[in-house]
Amino acid sequence: MISDAIDNDQVEILLNDVLESHGYDFLEYSHASIKRRISRLYALDNFVSFAEFRYTVRTDKQYFKRFLEEITVNVTEMFRDPSFYKALRNDVLPVLGTYPFIRIWVAGCSTGEEAYSLAIVLKELNLLNKSLIYATDINPSVLEKAKKGMFPLNYLKQYSENYLRSGGTKDFSTYYTANYSLAKFDESLNSKMIFSTHNLVSDHSFNEFQLILCRNVLIYFDKDLQHKVFNLFDGSIEKLGYLALGSKESLEFWPKAKEYKRVQMEKIWRKL
Amino acid sequence: MAETVISNSCSALIIGGSAGSLDVLLEIFPALRNDISFPIILVVHRKASNESLLTDLLQSRTKLQVNEAEEKEFLTSGKVFIAPADYHLLVEEDQSISLDYSEKVNYSRPSIDVTFQSAAEIFKEKLVCILLSGSNADGVEGLKIVNNLGGKVVIQDPNTAIMPYMPQQAVINVRPHVILDGHDMADYINNLNG
Repeated sequence: MISDAIDNDQVEILLNDVLESHGYDFLEYSHASIKRRISRLYALDNFVSFAEFRYTVRTDKQYFKRFLEEITVNVTEMFRDPSFYKALRNDVLPVLGTYPFIRIWVAGCSTGEEAYSLAIVLKELNLLNKSLIYATDINPSVLEKAKKGMFPLNYLKQYSENYLRSGGTKDFSTYYTANYSLAKFDESLNSKMIFSTHNLVSDHSFNEFQLILCRNVLIYFDKDLQHKVFNLFDGSIEKLGYLALGSKESLEFWPKAKEYKRVQMEKIWRKL
Repeated sequence: MAETVISNSCSALIIGGSAGSLDVLLEIFPALRNDISFPIILVVHRKASNESLLTDLLQSRTKLQVNEAEEKEFLTSGKVFIAPADYHLLVEEDQSISLDYSEKVNYSRPSIDVTFQSAAEIFKEKLVCILLSGSNADGVEGLKIVNNLGGKVVIQDPNTAIMPYMPQQAVINVRPHVILDGHDMADYINNLNG
C-alpha cells in the first residue's frame, strides 16, 4: 500500500519539471488520481528521497518512459460495458454504414482493446473494408503493444462473455490464435488501424471523423481540461457524427452540449 | 458497546464493506436520521454488472438522497454517494469526487483502501470511517492512514459479521479503534451529527 510520502507541493514541483523537461502537461489532471499514481510509483520503485525521484524523472530519459506509462492509467478491456457495444452495433455503426467511407478516432486507446473490439463489430457488419480506425495515445509504449494485437489469454474468457452480451453471435475464439500466454488477434482487424501518438492536452485536431471514442480518459482530467478536449473533439467530428464516452463521463456541463443529442441510454452523443 | 460520541466535527463518513455487509447496511439505513449533517460515502465490493441495484435497495429504505457517485460531483451534507461498480472513488481538495479506472487494489475496484486514504488526506481528523463484514483485507491499510491523520476508525464486531475476516484484520492491525455491533451502527452515526 502507498505511503503518504509525496505531498501536494511535491506533486506540483514534479509535474512542472515534467512539463519543462519533457513537454508533457499533467497540471490539469485530476489531482487526487495523479497524486495517487505518483505516490504509488515512488513507493514501487523504492526511491529513498523525493530529491532522488525528482532528479531521475527530470534527467533519465529511459526512466521517464516508465514514469509516463505508470502515471497514466492503461487499464482497459475488450467489449467493456457490453450494452455500449450493443448500441454501437445496432444504432450507430449501421448509420455510418450508409457513408462511402468511415473514419473513426479512438482517443486514448491505451493497449488497443477498444479499437480491436470496434474492428470486430465493423467486420461483422461488413463495414471494416471501408473503415479506418485512428488509434492514438499519449504514450508510445502502449501503442507498440496495441499494434501487436496480443492480449493476455487469461482475460479472454471475460472478453468472450462481454462479446456475447454485446450482441456478438460468432465464436469469439475465431478472432485470435492462442500463443503461449497470449491471444494474437487476426491481422485483418488491425489492417484498418493507424496508430499514432497524440496528446489530448497539447495536440490539435488532425482529421474529421464520423465517430470518436474516448472512454475513461476524461475522468482523469479536471473540468477545464475536459471542456478543452470536448472543444477539440467538436472540431474533429463531422455534422451528424458521434461522440462516445465512458460509462461515468458526460457532456452535461460543457457549454456546447446542447448541440449534441444523446443516443438512448448510452454515453453516446450525436452532433446536430 | 456504550460508546457516547461527543463530537460535532464529522465532515464526512465513509462506510466500507464487502461480502456480508449488505445485511448491516439494510439495517443501518432505515434507522438513519433525515438531517445527517455530513456526506456519506459507501464503498461496497460487488460485481460490475449490478449497477443500480444497491442504490435502489438503499434508497427505498431512507429519506436521505442516495446516488451512485458521478465524477466531479461535490460531496454535500445529508446525501449518500455510492462508489460505482468497477471504479475507484477518490476525494479532491475541493471536496469533489474523482473516479478512477486504474488497477484493482486487493482484487477490488472500487477499493475501500483507495477511498479511505484519499478522503483521510482531505478530511484528516474530521473523517469517520466504518469497516463492515468482508472476506479480504481491503480497508485495513486505508484505516491505518485514517488513524495516522487523526480520523476516527470504527469496525464492525467480527463476532457479529457474516464474514469476519475483514473486520478481524482491521481489529488486529489498526489502533485505536471503536468496535460496534452491527445493530448499534445507526445510533453511532446519528450521534455524529453536528
